[in-house]
Amino acid sequence: MNFQQIKDKLKNKKVGIAGCGGLGSNCAVALARVGVGHLVLADFDVVEESNLNRQYYFQQQIGLKKVEALKENIRLINPDVKVEAHDIFLEAASIVALFKDCDVIVEAFDKAEMKLMMIETICEKLPEKPLVVGLGMAGWGDNESIHCRNADHLFICGDEVKEISEDLPPLAPRVGIVAHMQANTVLEILLKNA
Amino acid sequence: MNISLNNRSESFEQDVLTISEILRLKNFTFKMMVVKINGKLIKKDRYTEAEVRDGDDVQIIHMISGG
Repeated sequence: MNFQQIKDKLKNKKVGIAGCGGLGSNCAVALARVGVGHLVLADFDVVEESNLNRQYYFQQQIGLKKVEALKENIRLINPDVKVEAHDIFLEAASIVALFKDCDVIVEAFDKAEMKLMMIETICEKLPEKPLVVGLGMAGWGDNESIHCRNADHLFICGDEVKEISEDLPPLAPRVGIVAHMQANTVLEILLKNA
Repeated sequence: MNISLNNRSESFEQDVLTISEILRLKNFTFKMMVVKINGKLIKKDRYTEAEVRDGDDVQIIHMISGG
C-alpha cells in the first residue's frame, strides 16, 4: 500500500482519544499526520508548564484548554483532519456517547482509576469496540520492556510495570514511545480490514 | 491445569482456582486490576467466586498511573 492508498483508506475513519496529556496529544498528532480523517478529542484540563516535558503543546499555549490547543496544533499540521474537541471530564455515560461511532478508541488517561473506569465501561457497553490502552511508561531507558499485547478487543501498550512517582516521572521519550505504539496499533486495526 | 495467563501459558497443580487464589499464588498485589476469564469481565466483588479451569484464557491487567 503506498501513502496515497493509505490516506484514502484513513480519511473516512474516526478515532476517539480519551485524554489529551502525554499519551493523547502525541497519539492524536501521529494519527493526524498520516491522515486519519476524523478525531474525537476529550479532556477537561488546561495546558500547564509542567506538561511541556512530554505533551504536544507550546509555551504560548499555557493556560489554554488542552482540547482547543491540540485542535489548533493538528490544524497547523494537517488542516484536512476534522477535529471534534470536547472540554469534558469523562465518565461512563459520556464515554459511550462521545465514542460509540468511533472505529477505534484510545485510552490516554494518566490516573489508574480512570484507566480502570474506561476499560470496564468499554467492556460492558461497547464490547466489540477496539480499545488501545497505555499502561506503564514512567522514567527513562529500559526500551526492551515496552511491548504491545492483545486480549480480545483490548490492546495494551507499555511496560505494564513502571508507575509514575516523584522519582520516576513521566518524560517525553518513554511516554512518546507508548503514545506512538498506541497510534501504530490504531493504524494496524484501521488498515487491516480497510 | 494449564491456562493462558496474560498471553503466556501457565501451569498450576490445582484443577480449579478462583481469581483470588491465582492473585495470591502469583503475588499480584496491585490495588487496581482488570480481570477477564475467556474475554468476560470479572469485577472485584467476584474475585473470590469466579473460577478458572483447565484451558481458560485469563487476563489480569494491572492499572498503572502515567500518561
